[in-house]
Amino acid sequence: MQNKWLPYFLLLPATLFLLLFFLYPFGMVAYQAFATDEGVLTTKYITKMTSHWKFKTALSNTMWLALAVVPIQMVLALYMATIVSKLKKGRDLILYIWTIPLGISDLAAGLIWLAILDQTGFLNSLLVGLGITDQPTTFLGYQNKGTIFIAVMLAEVWRATAIILVILVAGIGLIPKEYYEAAEVFGAGGWKRFTKITLPLLKPSLQTALMLRVILAFEVFAVVAALGGTNLPVLMGEVYNRQFVLQDSHVAAAFALLILLISIAFTLLIMWLLRTPKEARL
Amino acid sequence: MKSFVKQTGAAVVALSLSVVANSASAQDLLFWSKQGKPVEEAQAMRDAVLSGFEGSVDFQPNDGGPWLTRLQAEIEAGEGKIGVLGALHGDYTTFADDLADLSDIDLGDAAMNETFMELGKLGTSEQKYIPWMQATYVMAANKKALEHLPEGADIDALTYDQLIEWSKTMAEETGSPKFGFPAGPKGLKHRFFQGYMYPSYTNSMVTKFRSAEAETAWNKFKELWSYTNPGSTGYSAMQEQLLTEEVWVVFDHTARLANAFNERPDDFIAFPAPAGPTGRGFMPVVVGVAIPKTAPDMDAAKKLVSYMANPATQIETLKALSFFPVVDVELPSDMPAAVQLSGSAIAKMSGSADANPGLLPVGLGDLGGEFSQVYTDTFERIVLGGEDVRAVLDAQAETLRNVMVEANAPCWAPDPASDGPCPVE
Amino acid sequence: MSTESTVVTGNQRIAKWSVNISIVFLCLWVLVPIYLLIANTFSSPAEVNAFPKRIYPSFDTESVRFFMNFYGVGSALWNSFKVACLTMIMSIAVGAPAGYALSRFEFRGKNTFRVLVLMTRAFPLPLLALPLAVMFIKVGLDDTVLGLAIVHTVLALPFAVLITFSLFSGVPVELEEAAWTLGCNRLQAFIKVIFPLVLPGIAASAIFAFVISWNEVFAAAVLTIEHRTLPAFLLQSLDDAPLHLKFAGGAVLVVPALIFIFMVRKYLFSMWGIANR
Repeated sequence: MQNKWLPYFLLLPATLFLLLFFLYPFGMVAYQAFATDEGVLTTKYITKMTSHWKFKTALSNTMWLALAVVPIQMVLALYMATIVSKLKKGRDLILYIWTIPLGISDLAAGLIWLAILDQTGFLNSLLVGLGITDQPTTFLGYQNKGTIFIAVMLAEVWRATAIILVILVAGIGLIPKEYYEAAEVFGAGGWKRFTKITLPLLKPSLQTALMLRVILAFEVFAVVAALGGTNLPVLMGEVYNRQFVLQDSHVAAAFALLILLISIAFTLLIMWLLRTPKEARL
Repeated sequence: MKSFVKQTGAAVVALSLSVVANSASAQDLLFWSKQGKPVEEAQAMRDAVLSGFEGSVDFQPNDGGPWLTRLQAEIEAGEGKIGVLGALHGDYTTFADDLADLSDIDLGDAAMNETFMELGKLGTSEQKYIPWMQATYVMAANKKALEHLPEGADIDALTYDQLIEWSKTMAEETGSPKFGFPAGPKGLKHRFFQGYMYPSYTNSMVTKFRSAEAETAWNKFKELWSYTNPGSTGYSAMQEQLLTEEVWVVFDHTARLANAFNERPDDFIAFPAPAGPTGRGFMPVVVGVAIPKTAPDMDAAKKLVSYMANPATQIETLKALSFFPVVDVELPSDMPAAVQLSGSAIAKMSGSADANPGLLPVGLGDLGGEFSQVYTDTFERIVLGGEDVRAVLDAQAETLRNVMVEANAPCWAPDPASDGPCPVE
Repeated sequence: MSTESTVVTGNQRIAKWSVNISIVFLCLWVLVPIYLLIANTFSSPAEVNAFPKRIYPSFDTESVRFFMNFYGVGSALWNSFKVACLTMIMSIAVGAPAGYALSRFEFRGKNTFRVLVLMTRAFPLPLLALPLAVMFIKVGLDDTVLGLAIVHTVLALPFAVLITFSLFSGVPVELEEAAWTLGCNRLQAFIKVIFPLVLPGIAASAIFAFVISWNEVFAAAVLTIEHRTLPAFLLQSLDDAPLHLKFAGGAVLVVPALIFIFMVRKYLFSMWGIANR
């Protein structure tokens, strides 16, 4: 097998698979955003999407949530990963505990956090039980959009940090220990070792984790719906609403394409920001 | 590592075998339903309602999204597994062309509600669905709330003004708002505006959408909202908040209150929806059974449809889903608490002197969703967004007019009949 | 003992303690919400609805028993397991070669491929479900374990490709080249040298695939009738279910996934010590 063709040969299964089961149905849906049922090309569905009074709120909520949640998750996951990599005993157990949220779907996570933050939930039970407040507080009411935003942030950080953590832990595992030993010999401190060795060598993993997480963040919905009700419209919620409640698959497709577009833009940005120059590769 | 690979290999083989083996299995009649989703209800449908049917039925309740997607896919593919559909009147309007004509179905001795049968034609000459069950919306309250009831108010003949006063008193005397409204993403708030608030204040659902009376109605609702639990924007089925006592007085669909009544029948009461200047508006919910043209076994499907209309089945359905019969039946006395409580509230509501019953939207085709969205958007803009009532009504009236014109839908009760699309004045 | 070294050990002690406190805090942060879910699952309906809520369970098993006796839970559980395993195998089989190619070769269309892979995750699945369902009905994949596993593989593939890509990138090419000079061909070098090193990462992406499949509701609800999976069975009914059943249903779903992660954790974590040579 010649090297020139090997990569294409290796990519073939995945490409065929995606052509058949993703690109083909995707093309059909995407087409709907620009064509009427009769097949006439039009931009009216795009206009209909952008001119709806909720559009801007949904767009900005989605962006702000992603911008607020993802950086916290990255830093937290990085911190957790470095702690774990230095542990000598109990590493397996702690890592297992920290990856538990991996197994929890967004619907279930919404359920759990609603039970905590609800007016008759656990947090209120605690506050009233300890005598800190004498009446249960409504955290998730429509006047407290800020509180709802923070609640969604908490739930998302809780639910989806483990994804990043696992990727980073696997990546740190590949960094040769000799590098750290050498750095120690030359007297580099913990922080220096982290910034000069861990971070640069972890770049491929950081890039992967960040791209995946950002894309998932733009599709946030179930947790927002559970905690925020109708108070925090997001793009994915509009997709559902258009497709299944209003049965307007054209505008639904337009919203879906918008999500895709934003995701691709951010993906390219991350690829560029965290690119590894060829000469710096191992 | 070797063992990992070996295990994986063994798993692949075992799975491929079982995938092949699975492809052959008995064909049950698939009942694809949007109703009866809660796990307990689904269980009751299978155990109590459908077990009496001669053939074997696979009852699969689903959320709106999957329900619709599967149905659309089968229609588009031209073949499918769905035998019988169960859904709301409004869910069928999009699919009128794809539903088999049920005019020749033998309903036996079931005396079916005439109005509902007419609705089942979906504006065509064919019988597109057979009514299966009905429900409506009522008020429910925790008995603790009754001591705060305004003086002189009769719980069975409440007005909207009294409801506002009551909510205000409760909020002030208990320290937190005790009225709850299903304004969450899955709450049925739009039905309140269409079938309750509008008819009660304007004697109309569509025509007087932006009238001065409508402006009054929205301002009244804003007042009520100020004494409503702010968590309401997350509520879907009010039985939950009744049971946790987060709120004491609520408005909701009878089936979405049933759990509270059944679990603690002595703690809660049901009573009619309030009245406004133009009467006590209320609206039925009709659920029908239909057969898609792609059904694999048309005869078996028709048998199941007529079985669902059977009086004995209807009584079992009432026990299972808390939806009321659409045929004349003699209700036995051993009915669940929810049935007794909401049944008597409905009787009082429809029997009241100022009753102003509305009909479900007809003739909207696939714009049914957008029709409801007009009311939901109006609510979100005026009440949650705090926008100017007049301006929002004018803007939304434009959307409503477009919907009516595009669907070419004539008016329905309580609006007077119209030639051509129902006008928005 | 000089003053200087005492200061250092003092600092180290503080650092060590702050790390320990972080570990405890982060463990609690993860565990407390799960604990509340489990505690509620084992409480009676009245206790679940009560306020203020109790934080310890009364070991009432009514809600759990309801699900255990629920029609078809056993076969739905088994179906979920089959679909998830198939998804895991397919996504690795298709994804890992692609990840390797991306990490080792420079070729035209490389970035296009990466973006294509990510697109599958960036487009809302509920919209894709309709054309996919039409296609599956026409070719007879509808209502099969394989059909659903294919859809789930589409969802899991970006994880498989990108995670394996970043891991292969982290393995020095010199290792592979050394194997070649010692007489291995490309495949042998891969199997003997690279594969053991990245096995933990592959296990990680396998776990992702499993969990993604396990928790996916929408496609499962549309594409399976007789072969209904557990989440399709439970999760979407939970919205309308009474509170105590919501918790029990949530727990019924979460626990198998936790057991799975627990069982495969040794592939995931204990091997990266070896990866460090």
